[in-house]
Amino acid sequence: MIRFSTSLKFAALSAVLVLGACTHKQEAVTTAPPPAAPAPPPAPAPVTSSIIPGSAEDLRVNVGDTVHFAYDQYNVEESDKALLGRQAAWLQRYPAVRVTIEGHADERGTREYNLALGARRANAVREYLVSQGVSTGRIETISYGKERPICTSSDEGCWAQNRRGVTIVSGGANS
Amino acid sequence: MKKFLILVAATAALTAAAIFTPALAQLRVDVTQGVSQPLPIAIPDFVGDPQAGANIAGVVRADLERSGLFRPLDQKGFVERITNINTVPTFGSWRSITAQGLVTGQVTQQPDGRLRVDFRLWDVYGESQMLGLQFFTTPENWRRIAHMVSDAIYERITGEKGYFDTRIVFISETGPAVKRVKRLAIMDQDGANPIFLTNGSYMVLTPRFNPTAQMIAYMSYIAAKPRVYLFDIETGKQEVLGNFPNMTFSPRFSPDGNRVALTLETAGNSDIYVMDLRSRAIRRLTSDPGIDTAPSFSPDGRQIAFESDRGGSQQIYVMNADGSGQRRISFGAGNNGTPVWSPRGDLLAFTKQQGGRFTIGVMRTDGSGERLISSGGRDEGPTWAPNGRVLMYSRSLGGGAGSQIWSVDVTGRNERRVLTPGSASDPAWSPLIQ
Repeated sequence: MIRFSTSLKFAALSAVLVLGACTHKQEAVTTAPPPAAPAPPPAPAPVTSSIIPGSAEDLRVNVGDTVHFAYDQYNVEESDKALLGRQAAWLQRYPAVRVTIEGHADERGTREYNLALGARRANAVREYLVSQGVSTGRIETISYGKERPICTSSDEGCWAQNRRGVTIVSGGANS
Repeated sequence: MKKFLILVAATAALTAAAIFTPALAQLRVDVTQGVSQPLPIAIPDFVGDPQAGANIAGVVRADLERSGLFRPLDQKGFVERITNINTVPTFGSWRSITAQGLVTGQVTQQPDGRLRVDFRLWDVYGESQMLGLQFFTTPENWRRIAHMVSDAIYERITGEKGYFDTRIVFISETGPAVKRVKRLAIMDQDGANPIFLTNGSYMVLTPRFNPTAQMIAYMSYIAAKPRVYLFDIETGKQEVLGNFPNMTFSPRFSPDGNRVALTLETAGNSDIYVMDLRSRAIRRLTSDPGIDTAPSFSPDGRQIAFESDRGGSQQIYVMNADGSGQRRISFGAGNNGTPVWSPRGDLLAFTKQQGGRFTIGVMRTDGSGERLISSGGRDEGPTWAPNGRVLMYSRSLGGGAGSQIWSVDVTGRNERRVLTPGSASDPAWSPLIQ
């Protein structure tokens, strides 16, 4: 499970980089096969000239904005800590930036329960960023429960993508 | 909006029975067991105004048919043609077409423009009148009169209050699943007169009626701040409920309408609070690190059912309305959530999640006697008809195909789709409209 979601995530990241920043992320995720080998440690961002450092796009494409969770769990996975570490470092490099963490759930829960679960997940990401030195005042959270899926099939592949925490720039970014 | 308000305000006048013969009724349907043989009933178009007469009889037939307890007979087979509702029908001719009940009615326009609707319910085998009532209303209000006729027939024959003169507040869904637009909407219980109350620019979830059906509590994502709001149907005004620092959700009115129980999230943890609507005082009812949400008051207002995962999985709990005496009551298989107290007080409806299936169930309020009553596999969020005999719920179609509203008798019989304009979820049934 952990391995699967990690593969998906890195597959998504690399697919986006190959295809260009304008490619829709969901398509990249659903079509890219998971690599057999563990993904390499994150390289320094191969910044293309079109992405402004310190921008929302910089966070999304070059740092990575999404972590995933196991079914009905909200602890940050070991495999996601490197990505959140990069988010924290990026936020410290751009101290004016404020972010909102979105917490999402898959469809396997009642509406109210999933709102609560999404809040737990968003808070777990916030706490991890805070533990890495980001001040709490820069981070808001919001739960969408199961209301904002990025993938709609009723199978583990989609569920794994939908159980996610997404760091969104809400202000103070370069543009 | 304006027109709608007038309709709501224009309550139909219900006056005394014309010729009321309280004979010992032979005609009777027991709603507690569910019926496999619905009662054959003849409901000819009402005489007088032909258009209004056909419209009203048509709505009455549809109401009674959907209840699953009645089988309205095809008018083509009728032997006797009703022309005057003040003469006794030829019972033999109605027996010959297997009718056990007969409804005759008349619609006339009054000099002041109002409609006058008279109807009589006849026991065909007992050869007696069971009920005779008269209504006055404005012409555009004819559907409500039809539903009130249906309620009167249902109550006379079953001994239970009807539920046809009621409304449903729900969430209308449009657009693809990854970008769903959700709007607050309201309609009659039979799907007629749908009206959108919000414009879709922000997501809304889980609407609930107050006991007078004039106020709706719901969750809204206005300005990306998910909070519980109150919507006043009479004025069209909405206001955020309270000044909470974080997400509030899952609201439910107390039976007296003076309090709202809701869930407040703080640093990722969800707990149940109750707010007094007059003083705006807030009281915290749960305080453990588990998820506590989906509160629902008992009809006497003294207890609250809710769901919690404090024991390791999502299960149903009951507490006193002040938060004391919290105890788990669901011990069946799977996860159990969204408990909703029956208006009769005898049962809790809930959503069971087991083996990948979501099913509506009912259990006694001590957790015993669990029965599953829906068949969709993706059903959740039950709501009770005001008589506690029928439930509605959301059915997701899966694969991003949207949702529908379905209804089923508490017995598990008569499961059917409720017509809505497009995809719809999160139904909440109003009390009987006063």
